[in-house]
Amino acid sequence: MKPEIVAKVNEFLAEEFEIETALLTPEARLVEDLGIESLDFVDIVVIIERDFGFKVKREDMEGVRTLEDLYKYIETRAV
Amino acid sequence: MNRVVITGMGIYSTIGKNLAEVRDSLYYGRSGIGIDPRRKEFGFRSCLTGVIERPNLKNDLPRRMRVGLAEQGEYSYVATMEALKNAGIDMDFLEKNEVGILYGNDSSSIPVIESIDLIREKRDTTLIGSGAIFQSMNSTITMNLSVILKLRGINFTISGACASSSHAIGMAYLLIKQGLQDIIICGGGQEINAESMGSFDGLSAFSTREDAPTKASRPFDRDRDGLVPSGGAATVILESYESAKRRGARILAEVNGYGFSSNGDHISVPNVDGPVRSLKRCLDDAGLKACDIDYINAHATATPIGDMNEAKAIDLIFGECRPLVSSTKSMTGHEMWMGGASEVIYSMIMMENSFVAPNINFENPDEFTGKLNIADKTIEKKIEVFLSNSFGFGGTNSTLIISKFK
Repeated sequence: MKPEIVAKVNEFLAEEFEIETALLTPEARLVEDLGIESLDFVDIVVIIERDFGFKVKREDMEGVRTLEDLYKYIETRAV
Repeated sequence: MNRVVITGMGIYSTIGKNLAEVRDSLYYGRSGIGIDPRRKEFGFRSCLTGVIERPNLKNDLPRRMRVGLAEQGEYSYVATMEALKNAGIDMDFLEKNEVGILYGNDSSSIPVIESIDLIREKRDTTLIGSGAIFQSMNSTITMNLSVILKLRGINFTISGACASSSHAIGMAYLLIKQGLQDIIICGGGQEINAESMGSFDGLSAFSTREDAPTKASRPFDRDRDGLVPSGGAATVILESYESAKRRGARILAEVNGYGFSSNGDHISVPNVDGPVRSLKRCLDDAGLKACDIDYINAHATATPIGDMNEAKAIDLIFGECRPLVSSTKSMTGHEMWMGGASEVIYSMIMMENSFVAPNINFENPDEFTGKLNIADKTIEKKIEVFLSNSFGFGGTNSTLIISKFK
């Protein structure tokens, strides 16, 4: 896993979503553990495009359950 | 029929961010008007505006609750929290009892403009984000506050132009009077940004006295040259007397009557007949006579025709007793969607503290405004009953009569 991806994702989750950094472990589940809800995924799509420069399809996010899934998804898509 | 009382109020305005600050500004006749230099860049005729600071709610609300709040929603949140505290209502009470919300709002420009700018530039709606839809609808204030406060009663927004929040109080009064609700959070919020005011500025409705901003809003004065746009939010808690008694609440005032009418005339030019019918209907509903009214908080925005026609209407009904009249818009500017509710609060503060706030900048009357008993300075006076007028585009009129609770 590229550390800069982990750092960037954790940074936006902490800053924009006000999630405690101690909770940001790879196995943390986005909905159940981090309290991210369906509307928040809309904003995650916006932030990924802003920070990583690629377009996310809303349906791509359906398989993303844990923070690790999110890192991996971004790693495979980011140029 | 239930008696309807007011048990709480809260305000976030250009003349103060809470009840205590507003009380002092009213008493000392302080103006909240200044200049917004951005309006010059935008080609406005007038850069005059009420000046207000955006509250920072980062420590008050979680992100999900903040992202749906537009500018006027933030003001409304602050005013409503003060009103609930004033009424002795906490979150626990709101979760266990059915409380409603009826709020006046008639625009939400910035989120609409920003979303469309983004669509035009990026051609991708997913980049707008999740907050814009909840910020951009007219019902933005009620939809957000009802979620934040976990409200389970009536819940919608009233859009009646510059009479919006006066009608909201009127409607809440009728619902409580009929026994359909016990407690309703009422009020109005008004955005103040340049973008929301451009089309109004384009009608040449605004004062252009930019060299002396605090002198610009001159309701009833002979030399008035237009209104000054303003904003903020104001909340009152309406409650049935039985409910207030049951929870041992402090009763601030009683709502005695609501009058309304439509001019059936021009879209922007007010007339005399419409307001006269609203005034009469309100007096009839309250079971009061013109001479029972101690103070009139006029709608008077400082437009030449609007003030003249309101002066004629007031003189027609109240000419015999000539109660004190002032337009607090001389200090606040025209708070539009918020004005009906804020002016009820200004008048309640005066009633509570036994003074009539000055109609500042009233230096010379004209043929019509000279017939009214206008308070050109602060007057120490016991107020038992007051009346508040609010009129809006389309010829919508609303009048409220409120008194000390006896």
